[in-house]
Amino acid sequence: MSKPVVECKDVSIRYKTGNLKSVGLKDFVLRKMTGRYNVKEFWADKHITFEINKGDMLGIVGTNGAGKSTLLKAVTGILAPAEGHVKTRGNIAALLELSSGFDGDLTVRENAYLRGAMLGYTRDFMDEKYNEIIAFAELEKFQDYTFNQLSSGMKSRLAFAIACLVNPEIIILDEVLSVGDGAFRKKSAKKMREILDEGITGILVSHSITQVRELCNKILWIDHGNQIAFSDDAEYLCDAYEEFLYTKNLPKSEKDIKALADAYQLRHAKAMREETKKETERFLKILEEGDAEPAVEAALTILRKNRPEALKANYRKVY
Amino acid sequence: MKKLITKWINRFQKYKFLFSELVKRDFKQKYKRTSLGMVWSVISPLLTLFVMKIVFTEFFGRDYPHYTTYLFSGTLVMAFYKEATKNGMSSLVSNRKIIDKINVPKYIFLLSKNVSALVNFLITLIVYFLFCILDKISFGPHMLMLLYPIIMLTIMNIGIGMILSALFVFFQDMKYLYDVFLTLLTYLSAIFYRVDDRFSESVQNLFLLNPVYVNIKYFRTIVIDRMIPSASYHLLMAFYAFFFLAIGSFMYKKYNKEFIYYL
Repeated sequence: MSKPVVECKDVSIRYKTGNLKSVGLKDFVLRKMTGRYNVKEFWADKHITFEINKGDMLGIVGTNGAGKSTLLKAVTGILAPAEGHVKTRGNIAALLELSSGFDGDLTVRENAYLRGAMLGYTRDFMDEKYNEIIAFAELEKFQDYTFNQLSSGMKSRLAFAIACLVNPEIIILDEVLSVGDGAFRKKSAKKMREILDEGITGILVSHSITQVRELCNKILWIDHGNQIAFSDDAEYLCDAYEEFLYTKNLPKSEKDIKALADAYQLRHAKAMREETKKETERFLKILEEGDAEPAVEAALTILRKNRPEALKANYRKVY
Repeated sequence: MKKLITKWINRFQKYKFLFSELVKRDFKQKYKRTSLGMVWSVISPLLTLFVMKIVFTEFFGRDYPHYTTYLFSGTLVMAFYKEATKNGMSSLVSNRKIIDKINVPKYIFLLSKNVSALVNFLITLIVYFLFCILDKISFGPHMLMLLYPIIMLTIMNIGIGMILSALFVFFQDMKYLYDVFLTLLTYLSAIFYRVDDRFSESVQNLFLLNPVYVNIKYFRTIVIDRMIPSASYHLLMAFYAFFFLAIGSFMYKKYNKEFIYYL
């Protein structure tokens, strides 16, 4: 049994907010003297515990302001948790808000190298990978343009290409799988699948539950900084989470989660049934209203395919 | 001790590439859209010198030998100090987007600014020596001692840059305060006037409280007077350099995890 790649034990993160950002020197001195200077603290994450192993893809779900991005910052080491500890084993490529951190005055080529350097790679490695990255990002014609001249889609494409193609051991994706136009999105989803199949470890934050269901095998659900659940039964937790989004009943225990998941299944089944019914009705209507001959022919084809026995029985009755 | 050194070497290896890319970026940002590019590092100190020479030779320099070299020594050192500390001050804030997203050691941004300032300084130094030849300064092995103030000044710049950049994260006012301070410092550094018998002995000693002046004086003593300052003078310079470096390192150590909330 190898050690977990990312280990988060009882992690609590305290964020400092309040007016400290806008306070100037004069205000600071005045407030210190009058005792009105207090830094507001708030716990962005409380007692989060999870671990993921090699090849796992963890999906973090939760409503806005749940503390997902803050947790990712702790995993990448940007923020130090106030309590608990985070341990990571391997090279991390973080994609927290893609196109930030690039420099507008540098060219595409220079930015690619700079980003590679920040992710901890060597020059030789970047020399080797550079052409592949540019080809993937479809920026061959723009290599010597400065970053300010690019469209935002192009910037995101480059960021995505660098993070994916440099073979990180851990990849962290924060709402980034929906960059670029339709064609590129398809390509990036395919690439993502590919590198996941190679056994990369990842963490994905996304508001698209469909995406989470598709890519993740472990789910961490947080709400306002509190850990609601962590499980490797991804489908089950996704069910519960989707039901929560529908009913807004925050589960308080395992039982509540189970109830939510069951409710989702029920609702889902019902919805499916209704959907089928609607669909059938629609088709029936088309058949009824259509030209007699093709409609009858279509009906017969369907019957032949799906219910040959009914066709036989009726055939005898009619003729 | 050995462990600590290997740790530092490993770290250096790891961030060597990032470091060189950052230095490159600093240069590109500095000379973006200028047709002369790097040549400006030579021209701009020359123009400053030219202005000062025209203005001040009339007032202060008529009776002094090697007044041009005297003036140039002052502007040269002062320009290096100014560039390194001013750029160093903004090194954290201007890279906030990177610091907020990617986990890299924060001092690396400050160091890259200091290296580009040092490179600029060395280019100007070549021009300085050309002017020394024109001013009929005699060269000799004693000139090698100029390495000492350059090293000390670089260390001090890094230290002061650390202090300023940390403060600048918390107080945006620092930029304006420091500009005012720099103007004051320029006038107190005896760039165009002389610290001689016009001042009483105690006032002359007060000048030694100004670390930039101390470095300027070292330059002049070596180049113009062809003398090597006393051992205690060397110690004073080392004290300034490591004093500021210590305070700066302490501040970085203490506030390293705090910066992120304020950036």
